[in-house]
Amino acid sequence: MNTYFIKRFVAMIITLWLIITGTFFLMHTVPGSPFDEERTTNETIQKNREAYYQLDKPLILQYGNYLAALVQGDLGPSIKKPGQTVNDLLGRGFPISFELGLFTLILAIISGIILGVVAALRHNGWIDYLAMSIAVLGISIPNFVMATVLIQQLAVNIPIFPVATWSSPKHMVLPILALATGPMAIIARLTRTSMLEVLTQDYIKTAKAKGLSPVKIVFKHALRNALLPVVTVLGSLAASILTGTFVIEKIFAIPGMGKYFVDSINSRDYSVIMGTTVFYSALLILMLFLVDLTYGLLDPRIKLHKKEAE
Amino acid sequence: MELRKHEERSISPAIPDEWFVPKVRDHKESEAVVRPSLSYWKDSWHRLMKNKLAMAGLFFLVLLALLAIFGPMFSPYTVETQKLTQQNLPPSSKYWFGTDDLGRDVFTRTCYGARISLFVGLMAALIDFLIGVVYGGIAGYKGGKTDNLMMRFVEILYGLPYLLVVILVMVVIGPGLTTIILALSITGWVGMARIVRGQVLQIKNYEFVLASQTFGTKTARIIRKNLLPNTMGPIIVQMTLTIPSAIFAEAFLSFIGLGIQAPHASWGVMANDGLSTILSGYWWRLFFPTLFISLTMFAFNVLGDGLQDALDPKLRR
Amino acid sequence: MEKILQVKDLHVSFSTYGGEVKAVRGVTFDLHKGETLAIVGESGCGKSVTSQTIMRLIPEPPGRITGGEIIFKNKDVIKLKEPELRKIRGANISMIFQDPITALNPTITIGEQIMEGIRQHKKITREEAKQKAIEMLMLVGIPNPEIRLKQYPHQFSGGMRQRIVIAMALVCEPDVLIADEPTTALDVTIQAQILELFREIQKKTEVSIILITHDLGVVAQVADRIAVMYAGKIVELGTRREIFYKPKHPYTKGLLQSVPRLDMEKGDLIPIPGTPPDLFSPPVGCAFAARCPYVMEVCDRVYPFKTYISTQHHVDCWLQDDRAKRLVSTY
Repeated sequence: MNTYFIKRFVAMIITLWLIITGTFFLMHTVPGSPFDEERTTNETIQKNREAYYQLDKPLILQYGNYLAALVQGDLGPSIKKPGQTVNDLLGRGFPISFELGLFTLILAIISGIILGVVAALRHNGWIDYLAMSIAVLGISIPNFVMATVLIQQLAVNIPIFPVATWSSPKHMVLPILALATGPMAIIARLTRTSMLEVLTQDYIKTAKAKGLSPVKIVFKHALRNALLPVVTVLGSLAASILTGTFVIEKIFAIPGMGKYFVDSINSRDYSVIMGTTVFYSALLILMLFLVDLTYGLLDPRIKLHKKEAE
Repeated sequence: MELRKHEERSISPAIPDEWFVPKVRDHKESEAVVRPSLSYWKDSWHRLMKNKLAMAGLFFLVLLALLAIFGPMFSPYTVETQKLTQQNLPPSSKYWFGTDDLGRDVFTRTCYGARISLFVGLMAALIDFLIGVVYGGIAGYKGGKTDNLMMRFVEILYGLPYLLVVILVMVVIGPGLTTIILALSITGWVGMARIVRGQVLQIKNYEFVLASQTFGTKTARIIRKNLLPNTMGPIIVQMTLTIPSAIFAEAFLSFIGLGIQAPHASWGVMANDGLSTILSGYWWRLFFPTLFISLTMFAFNVLGDGLQDALDPKLRR
Repeated sequence: MEKILQVKDLHVSFSTYGGEVKAVRGVTFDLHKGETLAIVGESGCGKSVTSQTIMRLIPEPPGRITGGEIIFKNKDVIKLKEPELRKIRGANISMIFQDPITALNPTITIGEQIMEGIRQHKKITREEAKQKAIEMLMLVGIPNPEIRLKQYPHQFSGGMRQRIVIAMALVCEPDVLIADEPTTALDVTIQAQILELFREIQKKTEVSIILITHDLGVVAQVADRIAVMYAGKIVELGTRREIFYKPKHPYTKGLLQSVPRLDMEKGDLIPIPGTPPDLFSPPVGCAFAARCPYVMEVCDRVYPFKTYISTQHHVDCWLQDDRAKRLVSTY
């Protein structure tokens, strides 16, 4: 188990390093200086500015310095927002985005699993068709469309909820709903498929032959096995929620990390784009790692494989 | 007691004696299969036809394609025609879907958006298919170290968040239609490669492939005759599901200002423009592009689901 | 002999994509206390459906019991409701499935899987249940039961897993044990061990066993009586001795000739030509007529009456009719 843990950790660091390097050089292949649009400023200011952002140094040196700073957790200064660092922006934006993302994930997982299990248990009944129609709709409607529909209906036409911002629980309802619909639909479909598969397994028949009640069969024998595939997609689901926050935070004017990221894209603030990307990647890789560990805990077969592999 | 009762019946008067003669049978008759056997593709097509939702999706997509190709021809307006006197008009017989803040016809722009979306979706699926099949096919067929190395690379790419990578690439190479397709293809093929490899690995070990190998059949022929027909099902499904995700990605990018640039129209651009007017009541500017995005994705998703059910031989009963 | 279970004229159908499959078309047999009854036949002949219907384990829908009775302890199992059925399942009638790898839940310890059966039917403490589970594991020959209880199915070999499945099925001391192809998924040497285990257990517990198999080798080793099934009907039923030495139905003969034996000469192995009929629209007459070497005009027109050869042995075949006996001298 320990060897596996270390191996996995090293692989994680390597992947992160590859992403950082890739992002860094990608960002620096953009032709011209980030200040090209503002040529009006005089040359001394220009020089000073480039020196401050180390743009006058050779690329490889810049890379070295960036990595060195990164190890200490310093993501560098913002180019377009003078006097602010990427860390400042993240410090302000991340807690809000984290709140949004976490609530969304919890809502999506719980409602998705319930929907999927109910659909599987009523296979080919009207509940199944209803649940799966909702799920296909959920997958088909992009989150930004969902957000606009929700605003139109529940904030403008019938003003139950506020249109924008993130200041009270009431403000949180629409953004979370808009963001959770897609992942919920994915989880519901996956849970249903995997539940149906599990329900045809011999061990379910064995459990039935023992005289167990349907409730016991579903919760003790079927659900746990059916949820294993669901756990494996949590990593990529977190990624899609994360990219979802970009548009949701933009639409609802939520001052989170996603909004800063989109702003930085529109203003071509390369250091912020880079810093945020690195942060996001680290977050997601960590998430994938946690998902793997959870999977190992849930499925006793995994441990043995690893022991054998070692 | 019981024994005697049945012995009495050992001559049954109701059955005529002349039936007790040996019957001469054509030997082939006993071998005949009673149910007509359909070919794999025909059978799949029949099953798809039975899936009403999938057929509705297919029908909508055909209609959409026709609209994308011919729609703008029948419209008196072009994508760029601006009539500043006719801003923000609601839908009417003159402007079916209304006009936007520059007096452009929303219907014409929606048709144009369909072109962009379908083009992006189809191209992305096609490129994914080409790269994925070659890469996954080689990895799966060669196996061993080659496979290990190639899949390690895929694993790394697979771990990256798709849209984040696309956004980065778009930032670097700049917005535009070709760059969207390019950016989508950079990591998009990974899923296809994984599927193809898995299929090839599985099928490679099947007896019928081993059998043709022992007869000395050439590799290329094995791939064409044995591997491809058996891997096509999951590949087609994957392609059908790639298209909506590419369409979503384009709309998403255009929505955050990284996609198609004015004066060109895409559903994402139009939705973004329409969003700012949500409070002023020009609902048609947001409604039509978002409706079309959702309907198109819905159609592709249900078609993909239908194909998955129709093409999976395990479901044949 | 005490009849523990009676199946009378059982009919089961499945509605599928291609229409209604009449999988079981009038099956009748009795099961005596302490005996092993083997049901033999090709795959798709309805033997598994019959056995699963006894426990009402066929999924309904698509399955449907269209007629007949299953009498167990003076009650018709077909008329029982779910809660009553659950009291019988596992406690009075147990079942063992073909593949021990898939029959055990991979994420639950085998101890828990054995114990949950007793705890479902008997009011006992966890500790008592554990003692019983240990006792059962010892009965089926698994060493170190205390340690093994805490392990997961993947930590056992195929043969061991089948022993666990048997322990699971016997833990409530049932009256009837239905074993559906219990040795098919196992190696030949393990097969022999499992069959030996069945015999030992039967001696100790007096359980009645219904053994479903297509393997006549297995049948020869453990069965007291044999029912031969073809296309949803029992075509011949008799004691092991009668079926093996005096088979009356051409299908039974065909089955026996298609099994390799040590005393056979080269070329003695004769496969039965053709395939079983389509159960979407089963034939009016004898279903085996299309493949039968002694087929007569009557066979296609009317289903043969049941003829008793002895009190224990009966067969459904027109060749037993006196008029046919005049024609075919070999019968």
